[in-house]
Amino acid sequence: MARMLRSVRGMRAWGVVTALIGALGLVAVWAPPAVAEGPIKIGFGMALTGGVAGNGKAALLAMQIWAEDVNKKGGLLGRKVELVYYDDQSKAATVPGIYTKLLDVDKVDLVVSGYGTNLIAPAMPIVIERKLTFIGLFGLAVNEQFHYPHYFGIMPAGPSPKTDWSAGFFEIAGRQNPKPRTVALVGADAEYGQNALAGARENAKTHGLRVVYDKAYPPATADFTPIVRAIQATDPDVVFVASYPPDSAGMLRAAHEVGLKPKLFGGGMAGLQFASLQTALGPMLEGVVNYEFWVPERTLKFPGIEDFLKRYQERAKAAGVDPLGHYLPPWAYADLQVLGQAVEATKSLDQQKIGEYIRTHEHDTVAGKIKFAPNGEWAKSRVLMVQFQNIENNDLKQFGEPGHRVVIYPDEWKSGTLIYPYAKAKR
Amino acid sequence: MFSFDLLLDAIVAGILVGGFYAAVSLGITLAFGLLNVVNIAHPAFVILGSYAAFVVNSGFGLDPILAGLLFMPVFFLLGIGVYRIYYASFEKRGEESLRGLVFFFGIIFIIEVSLSLQYGVDYRSVHAAYIGDSLRLGPIDLAFRLAIPCAMALVLTLALHLFLSRTFYGRAVKAVSQDHLALRLMGADPVRIKGLAFGIAIATASLAGALLIMIGPVEPSIGREYIGRVFAIAVLGGMGSIGGTLVAALILGVLESLTSTFYGPSWAPAVSFGILLLVLAVRPSGLFGRAG
Amino acid sequence: MRGRALLAVAVALVVLAVALTRLSANQYYYFAAYVIFQYVVLATAWNILGGYTGYVNFGSAGFFALGAYTAAILIKAFQVPFPVLLLAASTVGGLLGLSLGYLTLRLRGVFFSIATLALAVVLQTLIVNWEYAGGSRGIYTMRPAEVLFFGNYVEFLFVVMLILALGALATARWIEHSWLGRGLAAIRDNEEAAECMGVPTLRLKLVAATVSGALMGIAGAPFPYYVTYMEPASTFNLDYAVNSLAMPMIGGATTWVGPLLGAVLLGTAQQIATVTISSALNLLIVGVVLVAFVILAPDGIIGLVRRRRGGRHA
Repeated sequence: MARMLRSVRGMRAWGVVTALIGALGLVAVWAPPAVAEGPIKIGFGMALTGGVAGNGKAALLAMQIWAEDVNKKGGLLGRKVELVYYDDQSKAATVPGIYTKLLDVDKVDLVVSGYGTNLIAPAMPIVIERKLTFIGLFGLAVNEQFHYPHYFGIMPAGPSPKTDWSAGFFEIAGRQNPKPRTVALVGADAEYGQNALAGARENAKTHGLRVVYDKAYPPATADFTPIVRAIQATDPDVVFVASYPPDSAGMLRAAHEVGLKPKLFGGGMAGLQFASLQTALGPMLEGVVNYEFWVPERTLKFPGIEDFLKRYQERAKAAGVDPLGHYLPPWAYADLQVLGQAVEATKSLDQQKIGEYIRTHEHDTVAGKIKFAPNGEWAKSRVLMVQFQNIENNDLKQFGEPGHRVVIYPDEWKSGTLIYPYAKAKR
Repeated sequence: MFSFDLLLDAIVAGILVGGFYAAVSLGITLAFGLLNVVNIAHPAFVILGSYAAFVVNSGFGLDPILAGLLFMPVFFLLGIGVYRIYYASFEKRGEESLRGLVFFFGIIFIIEVSLSLQYGVDYRSVHAAYIGDSLRLGPIDLAFRLAIPCAMALVLTLALHLFLSRTFYGRAVKAVSQDHLALRLMGADPVRIKGLAFGIAIATASLAGALLIMIGPVEPSIGREYIGRVFAIAVLGGMGSIGGTLVAALILGVLESLTSTFYGPSWAPAVSFGILLLVLAVRPSGLFGRAG
Repeated sequence: MRGRALLAVAVALVVLAVALTRLSANQYYYFAAYVIFQYVVLATAWNILGGYTGYVNFGSAGFFALGAYTAAILIKAFQVPFPVLLLAASTVGGLLGLSLGYLTLRLRGVFFSIATLALAVVLQTLIVNWEYAGGSRGIYTMRPAEVLFFGNYVEFLFVVMLILALGALATARWIEHSWLGRGLAAIRDNEEAAECMGVPTLRLKLVAATVSGALMGIAGAPFPYYVTYMEPASTFNLDYAVNSLAMPMIGGATTWVGPLLGAVLLGTAQQIATVTISSALNLLIVGVVLVAFVILAPDGIIGLVRRRRGGRHA
């Protein structure tokens, strides 16, 4: 009796399961009919939750502003533009599914990437297989693996991103007289940190700096005092840090407490470009030389940037993103500007034509003029090295004004002079 | 690169951080060691405490430690509530092992995701006048950012120890872990006592959270990094021993600090958890626990 | 249901799947279905140690990621054929389960669970410090452009994962109905009593841990090809642990059907949620559903169905 009951129950459950799988199969075969005219759909995955959601949401806001701007002027090729996007949760595993849904089910006309290498790379096989043009937002050396001719990276680091990231920092060191002799390298043991450190090692060699400390710390580190003390024990002239936002704060605080004062400090500290850390650290930032991609200095007033930032800042608070928006948003906007301009110029949605156009022309964007190198990265690096100066308190307003993040390098965009050594800036 | 100065500094830093680790682990010692409730969600409650401190600190400028103390009664009541649910659903039916664990695992997620929905995943910090300054004592530097949490942790440890050994309720808590029936015969309701103890455990999370956000920026998912640490400490110290927890936390803090300084920070987490596995394999009752 | 009837259904499913790949060019469903099948394997694997034996493993991500990295490294070093990947990943997973079991299964169940939490972190640290595996920079695995019989490598992965899922279910069903399953159930219900009755508890627990680990490892084997770029933080993600735990709890932890039910339901719901609503809410829902089920329906959906039937026949 029991066995019969069990088999009946089992069959019912089995029936449910088979029905579910069958339903999945049926849905797979049926595909909704494609729409001939109507809006041009641009599809992408974006990190709206998870680890990099702070940047992802800011990028999305910028892209939405772009779509509104374009539609106000009549759209692309006379058709309205529509953004179709899904949350990739900052997880690489969701990306293949999202992009196949966008292409096969939603039938988008164009695709762009999400934010960051982790979320760009998994989409590459799909775009390569279907021969699409693909613009990547802030991916580090993604195309090194694929060598795809129609990948274009919106990443201000130049043709060799790993070394370009820290090249400016070491160039500044090399220009000082007397030249510093030793450098301590420290970074987070994660993708960005390791890449930046690898580049830094090469740059150190190029400028003849001896590496006296070279270690990575796990991202879960709570306290940086032992690390900073170990660095101090080696008495370096220059300290290069490749850290993620929480570690940047931790390192800076620990350095402040321990009294670490090399001649040059900073380099690759992510997070110091954001309002939340700027206001938290305030005067502790004084004298730090760090990377930026855009700052409100007079040498960087590209056409349209101030207008864009104003509109972004109006909506930033409601969207829960960085209130200033200097770091990623201009590039997300420029990302779609490049795509949109290519569509207009070639008067088509043909992926090959668009790809060729992007590759062979210079583009005017709110983030300045962009030209791509043959490997899909930028022809010329535009990693800025800025020094925090005149930081009096923890207010946000000063970071929105010129004179507080002074561009030291490259010379093309220089807006002030370096206060050297670091101790002098600290007064 | 070895120097006694560096060694001394590493040890001091390890002691300071270890003190803080003790504050986080006391709740586990209480809940797990004494009550046998495997509350793996404790670090998530600590993060909840951090956010509570953040909200009052950024909204009203209240000192984080005061904020942490202020929220302790709230967390105490929360703890009693959680325990009631736990008791009614699992302990009463005698199925606490599998399902209780799963229950707390789900709680971790609910807390984490609710916090990230509400506050986003940006790192949050608190402001206090003394954060960023240090005290020089001869060759040693004591950063206030670390020293004050350590001091508070010691105070908390002492308070808990006194409570458990000197007060009626404290001794009842110790009794309930040893013998239910006897306790009932003495006129105390074991369920109420356990609820009280669990409430206290969660209340410590409030203060520990405030200390955590003083030491460094916090975002909802960093609690996961502490799960292994706190259990390693609770196990190493011996289940249910407050003093043992403190000693184990200090040991772990110093070992992590030494590894970080001399071998490279990448290996620090593996070392702590290696200790856990080692202790479990060799002497599961820990340093100060009762055997078995 | 008779074993032979089930076998017929399994074969029919595989044939249906292969036929589908011929008919439909809509790749999205293969990607989505792959993930669901993957969770069927993970949930079933977890349940062998969790539901059958009563030992909770929080480190599923560690086993899964270890299988994935084993495959990725073998591909990078030796370009081995696909079946070798499956074999290697399952062997590594099984060995891990065995060693972890040996270290901790002699203690109380709770210590095993904590050890699995710690284990995942240690494994992640090891991978992060291993240059050849890409460390924290990640490792790329290119999908072959061509594959025998299928139009596209993803279709191949889809069918492979379906076969793995069916295999895992068959294993779980066999265990459940066998002497091994009875022994494990005795351990789950009351380990001390089982010991007294002469059940070789440690040996059975080790077998369960080994099988569970092997299945989790094999679930990870095709992953490098699926995702193309793998890095430790997302491969060791705690979500794998939560899902492989929630799915059996929701479906019902005492039979082999429970994890299947839970994986299909929760997995499908999550896939739909990914392309519709915000996904932080997705995680919140998993947590709430998990807690609700654990409190209200501890035997999962199967348990609810049983209670219904039991009531009617009472």
